[in-house]
Amino acid sequence: MLSAMRVPRVERPNNKSRPSSIYRRPWWQVALLHLSLMAGSFLMLLPFLWMFITSVSNPASAFSSPEHFHWIPHIWYWSNYADVFHRLSANGMSFWLLYWNSLFVAIGGTVGQVLTSSMAAYAFARLRFPGREPLFFGYLATMMVPGSVTLIPVFILMRDFHWINTYYALIIPGIFSPFGTFMLRQFFMSLPRELEEAARIDGASLVGIYWRITLPLSKPAIATLTTFTFLGYWVSFLWPLIVTVSPQMRTLPIGLTVFMQRYTADYSQWMAASVMATVPVILVFLFNQRYFVEGIKLSGIKG
Amino acid sequence: MKISERKAEALVALLFLLPNFVGFLLFTSVPVLASLYFSFTHWDLFHRPQFVGLQNFISLLGFAHQGGNLIANDPFFWQYLYNTAFLMIGIPFTIAGSLVLAIALNRKMRGVVVYRTIYFLPTITAGVAVLIVWKWLYNTDIGLFNVIIDDLGIWLHVHLPSLFPVAFTGPDWLGRVEWAKPSLIIMGFMMSVGGGNMILYLAALQGVPRELYEAANLDGASGWQQFRHITWPLISPTTFFIGIMSLISGFQGGFVTSYVMTQGGPAGSTTTIEYYIFNKGFTMFNMGYASAIAWFLFLVILVITLLTYRYGGRTVTYA
Repeated sequence: MLSAMRVPRVERPNNKSRPSSIYRRPWWQVALLHLSLMAGSFLMLLPFLWMFITSVSNPASAFSSPEHFHWIPHIWYWSNYADVFHRLSANGMSFWLLYWNSLFVAIGGTVGQVLTSSMAAYAFARLRFPGREPLFFGYLATMMVPGSVTLIPVFILMRDFHWINTYYALIIPGIFSPFGTFMLRQFFMSLPRELEEAARIDGASLVGIYWRITLPLSKPAIATLTTFTFLGYWVSFLWPLIVTVSPQMRTLPIGLTVFMQRYTADYSQWMAASVMATVPVILVFLFNQRYFVEGIKLSGIKG
Repeated sequence: MKISERKAEALVALLFLLPNFVGFLLFTSVPVLASLYFSFTHWDLFHRPQFVGLQNFISLLGFAHQGGNLIANDPFFWQYLYNTAFLMIGIPFTIAGSLVLAIALNRKMRGVVVYRTIYFLPTITAGVAVLIVWKWLYNTDIGLFNVIIDDLGIWLHVHLPSLFPVAFTGPDWLGRVEWAKPSLIIMGFMMSVGGGNMILYLAALQGVPRELYEAANLDGASGWQQFRHITWPLISPTTFFIGIMSLISGFQGGFVTSYVMTQGGPAGSTTTIEYYIFNKGFTMFNMGYASAIAWFLFLVILVITLLTYRYGGRTVTYA
């Protein structure tokens, strides 16, 4: 019966075939939607805006009182940004090296996580093997144990592997968090089986189905996991703090604590550093976000 | 023939699982089991752990008679458990908000990329710096919220003195027991409504075949009917996933937020279980007790997840 069904085609939506364009709606509905989205945007932007303004405000008066805070600073202290570099150098760290470490760790970890967890998720979602359900439940269950208590055992493991103060310790343990496997399994399960069945009948191997059908169809989910994992590594604080020793191995969040340890005068530099630290994640998000909307268009499935 | 096919499939499954499973075993399972062992020990992190049987669990969960009353051995634990559950009130609102946002932003529209980025921004900037910003927003005297509320209070008092005999002022958001938890809930909502959940929903909405909507349109189904009978059931695996993850992270969370915003106060009203585990393990160096708390919490989460699986799982539709 399934073989009688026409093989669905996977299409990228183009502008012409997209039916639910908002411009079909009456203008006032469009306006209302924009208006409410803009109001929400303002609330969302507020903390970030404030962060940016503080980053170019007079470092001596930031955070002191509302009279000293101006939404449009009288004088723009761009020098705060340069001071971030000087300040870190004075503490034996280089801003660029921190940046590079964070980038390298986040990219390595993300690639590892997406690759290994998508393979495992495919096995859990689509392949039959003995012990599948109990094993999956084991994955699920370990997520329920709070991370703060596994911190020490993993740390001891790192020490026994002689991985302390290396990229291995920063990257590898995070790759195997069960989160990615769980998330992708849920997504794979919601994909229409008909495509895979058809490919199987056409003689495709399981590996081929995973690589040529499941993965390409899952671009939205892969892009999501990529964003999450990258972000997770990027803001990770406690783990890099305990497994790195030398200033050369530190990541950005650890480096930025330099600005936390003093008094009010450092807020401007801290916010300047935080603004700079946000840029790569915005880029990753912008790169991935087009896949969030690149949907699957299946034709012929109704038959 | 059939059997060998099945064997071949199991073999492929094994190969697919292997890379992840080895890492999972080493870096997740082993540490989790180690922490189970530690929960039966007394361990100060510096000396060898000493096996003490159920002592940690008795100190944690036990009750004792004292002057005719039942007194918990560790009253702090129950207070922090209550705090943790209270702070989770925001979860359903956040999930609903994320879904509404995802539906609003799942269309071809001018500026949709800009909107998506802006709503995701609070999640991107997550970290101590943005919490400091929120701490300022909530500041009683100079924070933005109270500056606006105080100005409004004065304005109303001046223009409508009969209705507002005194000019109202903004509360001490983070300093009062009755305001601290709602403040953190509001902040959590604002910081995560456009975050991961929205993106998961965007991805899920993309998986709903457009043909279904076209057919429903032809049948004259309203927007709400289309949502109720097409969108909602087809994205239910994602809702299920988000629900479970929110439960887990809700029970396990709150350390960094409370640490930066309130240091767990006032009067311990924003100290969560995670905060307590951290304090016990890393400031009081009682890792055995901390592990016991974690394992009790694990059981709570497990039971709730199983119930969700049993009863919520029924409403999940897989294609």
